Amino acid sequence: MSEMKSVPELVNLTIDGRRIAVPKGTTIMEAAESIGIRIPRLCYHPDLSLMGSCRVCIVDVKDMGQYMASCASAVWENMEVETNSPQIRQARRDIVELLIENHPMDCQTCERDGWCELQNLALQMGVRERLFRGQRKRIPIEADGRSVIRVSEKCVLCGRCVRVCAEIQGVYNLGRQGRGFNTIVTPAHQAKMDDSVCIQCGQCINVCPTAAFIEKPHTDRVWRALSDPDLHVVVQTAPSIRSALGEGFGLPPGTPVTGKMVSALRALGFHKVFNTDFGADLTIMEEVREFAHRMEHGPLPMFTSCSPGWVNFLEKFYPGLIPHMSSARSPMSMVSVLSKTYYAQQAGIDPKKIFMVAVMPCVAKKFEAGRPEHQAPFGMPWTDAVLTTREFVWMIKSYGIDFARLPEGEFDEPLGDSTGGGDIFGYTGGVMEASLRTYAEILTGKTDQRIDYPEVRGVHEVREADVKIGDKTVHVGVANGLANAKQLLEKITRGEPFHVIEIMACPGGCSGGGGQPYPPYGKKVLDHETLDRRGKALHDIDEGKRYLRPHDNTAIKKLYDTYLGQPGGPKAHELLHTTYGAQRPRGIK
Amino acid sequence: MDIKARSHILVCAGAGCVASGSLEVSAALQSALEAKGLDKEVQVIETGCLGPCAAGPVAVVYPDGVFYQNLKPEDAAVIVEEHILKGRIVERLVHKEHATSQAVPALNQIDFFKGQERIVLRNCGVIDPLKIDDYIARDGYQALAKVLTEMTPEQVTDTVKKSGLRGRGGAGFPTGLKWEFTRKAQGERKYVLCNADEGDPGAFMDRDMLESDPFAVIEGITLGGFAIGAHQGFFYIRAEYPMAIKRVQTAINLARKAGLLGENILGSAFSFDLEIRLGAGAFVCGEETSLINSIQGERGEPRIRPPYPTQEGLWGHPTVINNVETLANVPAVLFYGADWFRQIGTAKSGGTKVFALAGKVRHTGLVEVPMGSTLREIIFNIGGGVPGNKQLKAVQTGGPAGGCIPADAIDTVVDYETLTKAGSIMGSGGMIVMDEDDCMVDIARYYIGFNQDESCGKCTPCREGTMRMLEIFDRIVGGEGTLEDLNLLERLGNLLKKAALCGLGRAAPNPVLSTLKNFRKEYEAHVIDKVCPTGKCPGLKSGKSNP
Repeated sequence: MSEMKSVPELVNLTIDGRRIAVPKGTTIMEAAESIGIRIPRLCYHPDLSLMGSCRVCIVDVKDMGQYMASCASAVWENMEVETNSPQIRQARRDIVELLIENHPMDCQTCERDGWCELQNLALQMGVRERLFRGQRKRIPIEADGRSVIRVSEKCVLCGRCVRVCAEIQGVYNLGRQGRGFNTIVTPAHQAKMDDSVCIQCGQCINVCPTAAFIEKPHTDRVWRALSDPDLHVVVQTAPSIRSALGEGFGLPPGTPVTGKMVSALRALGFHKVFNTDFGADLTIMEEVREFAHRMEHGPLPMFTSCSPGWVNFLEKFYPGLIPHMSSARSPMSMVSVLSKTYYAQQAGIDPKKIFMVAVMPCVAKKFEAGRPEHQAPFGMPWTDAVLTTREFVWMIKSYGIDFARLPEGEFDEPLGDSTGGGDIFGYTGGVMEASLRTYAEILTGKTDQRIDYPEVRGVHEVREADVKIGDKTVHVGVANGLANAKQLLEKITRGEPFHVIEIMACPGGCSGGGGQPYPPYGKKVLDHETLDRRGKALHDIDEGKRYLRPHDNTAIKKLYDTYLGQPGGPKAHELLHTTYGAQRPRGIK
Repeated sequence: MDIKARSHILVCAGAGCVASGSLEVSAALQSALEAKGLDKEVQVIETGCLGPCAAGPVAVVYPDGVFYQNLKPEDAAVIVEEHILKGRIVERLVHKEHATSQAVPALNQIDFFKGQERIVLRNCGVIDPLKIDDYIARDGYQALAKVLTEMTPEQVTDTVKKSGLRGRGGAGFPTGLKWEFTRKAQGERKYVLCNADEGDPGAFMDRDMLESDPFAVIEGITLGGFAIGAHQGFFYIRAEYPMAIKRVQTAINLARKAGLLGENILGSAFSFDLEIRLGAGAFVCGEETSLINSIQGERGEPRIRPPYPTQEGLWGHPTVINNVETLANVPAVLFYGADWFRQIGTAKSGGTKVFALAGKVRHTGLVEVPMGSTLREIIFNIGGGVPGNKQLKAVQTGGPAGGCIPADAIDTVVDYETLTKAGSIMGSGGMIVMDEDDCMVDIARYYIGFNQDESCGKCTPCREGTMRMLEIFDRIVGGEGTLEDLNLLERLGNLLKKAALCGLGRAAPNPVLSTLKNFRKEYEAHVIDKVCPTGKCPGLKSGKSNP
């Protein structure tokens, strides 16, 4: 019997007059795709549970009284499917018109103009006249979120945000409320996002087909700073930006554009272009020292702390595990702090005159930048503005910069250099791999330790590994996506012994961050191949680097020698470490 | 029932009669008897619903079988003095035949009762719904005893299959087949649910059943549990039915006490128990996958099917969901056998159907007729026709999911297939009679408004489409409709019918499509002449000559 199972049973069917055979269990949508027909869709996403509610992907199946949602219907023997009969085309067109009739249709003033699935669906369906004009829902914009802004009027109730929040992130913050025409997506009790259990990861923004969720824009404050003659405007870019930014300009996912990215920032007028990867190397220096200390004094395991969505998640859902969180600031915050201390001192600039902008793949970084722990003693935030990759793309376009013709630029000293270890921070497993590179050498005192740790790489699952370093075995765990992270946290709660845990809030890590470019039409969001390519590009950059281990970064050595003293020392601690506390949603003590 | 008493006065304590004051009548009868020292030999019993709700409060005096209607507390002393003491029927309070105005005191001579065949309602109005002994005395729990001692689950399922019993919630799916699917489904646990989320406007079959004979439904669901291998069942009752909830809970407690629920029922190896879950009033929760979500504490929204509940239902376990009336049929089917049941009704639709007769009909109330009866029989013979010398215009069956059958199709027979062919549905049993004063556009508008209100909002066609249809109706009744609007209604109606996610959405346009088809002229008068022939639509000229 078991051999029988390995041979898939084939089902014969006809799609648009073409006879095909597909394995049993294939959906109509998948079967159509196998012969090159992409049935239009909206609520469907392969990584999320089936909802079958938008009805855009309906097809006509012979002898069925009703149209069938092709995403949710498995094929059967001798099924006859029509994907484009006049009746089904009209039905699909009418459904899309019904969606847009209850939509503001303010495309020209919408940030998703040109990248909007609804807009494209209307185009594809040929909705050329409006038959069903009528009232539409009116809901005030919730604009005061620190990371996420909710524009419920634009919601088409596809439920992708609800499902990504629950199924990928394990947060369950969003749900449908109200009935019929008055249905909205909202946190429980219609709480504001910032008062809810939202962890600000921004995956709702990523999966939204329209602009019902968008990031809190920081572009205005950046334009203002750039035109302010009194300010010294400094920017840093996160590791994963360089392998995703090109998508905003039509390049294939995973095209590394580091040099053009730096030039674009210069063209925009930034005075210094620093590298968050430098901060990543520095994070390793501090975390590894902390880890060595914890190996002797506990508590173990230690959690990595670079992902602000993950930090929020821990503070909101597992406050009891806060002592496990590394006290090291995130790479962004380290670069911001050093820009307004170390660099300011070196360059002889008043830190109050430095305006620090961070370009991040992330919307939770906007929240992180505003945390009270990240305010400088002179009464200003260490990070003044956080731009997502998307906002950065828009600024380049808005300025009129011809991206393709930009020269290859270089990051500025003293916060520009990075090792391969810092570069791979932008991809799941990267922080762990970089830590192991440095930890192995510190622990053994030998420089011949291995560089590659393939056992912690790989995107889509929770990984556990026993890593042998010298005579010690370190048990590590890596997860991306917080529903996956929960699995590890539950194991830890049950007492399973781990030494280090790397968690990144978003699918694929920063590669799939909530601030990354929207996919072009016809490509699904959070596409595994796209995430893999973005990540792989970072590993390619890593391989081409002269130094791979964070502690070999000469700029970092200089920083410690001339300014910070010892890693984990008092000055490093004062500047590069932070604290956490339980966060309760409003109304819960 | 106290068998030593020489006479019994059965006072209807169904919701309709209670609302018109039957409990006060009952108390007055009791005091009148006491005043005459007759309370030992004559017993007042509050029963469930007898059916003729429009005539309430009603009571029947046994053994004479005399039916009294429209009672007031002050009538109690008269009945006791005249009927009980002197043996004289109080003519003033008995039913009068409409045509002849002749008094018809005997219950079994009254047209309303004569035309009915009562299987489901066999105990309604006859027993005290909260006395398990009363139920047992009427052959209650005989079926369960027979099944637990003589039959296997397969035999039970086969019997129900053979009987031809179909779902009375409206869709008419063969009950035995549903049970068989669930019995054969793999699952460590199985559930049987009773759908008592009746929500059609004007429908009150399930409510009366639960209030009048809760044990029949409890026995039915217990039998279902045995057949599919479930040990737990749930009643899902809408919270707006407090009396039904109270009576079902009391009945569950009594059945448990009597060893008819709980561990090892009747000493057999079969254990089964029941709990009640309350619905919060969302119409869509009568749809079975929404009902499951609601019991699970989730938002009441339909799930995409497959998987069907028989495979993956409540908490992912194989689950049977049956309507109240379906379950009330089950004890009779199993006690008297499939062949007995089959000979009632039609070949494809076996048994009887309960209807809640409402609207422009003389005897509104609850009636039970064999499948295959005609609308004429139900409305004219049992219901007494349209009051006030008005012409019948249409009959709406199936609630907001049903359609309007025009008067010239009054000889349509009532079974699942024929009603569907006539552009309506059987539905759960709502039957609303409309006369010449009713505007069909206004009626269709009402139902589409209801369906918009009750749409769960999950799928696009139902959520958005019903709103657009309602807006078109608003234009039409406001005098701004065009012929093109009628085409749009049809276009949207057909879209919903074929593309909505669940049964509610797919049936939502039925009242519109059926009136568009059968009453096109009336629509045209609204949009072309800007005239409402019945004068119902305030934004239009009235087609009626001034009185």
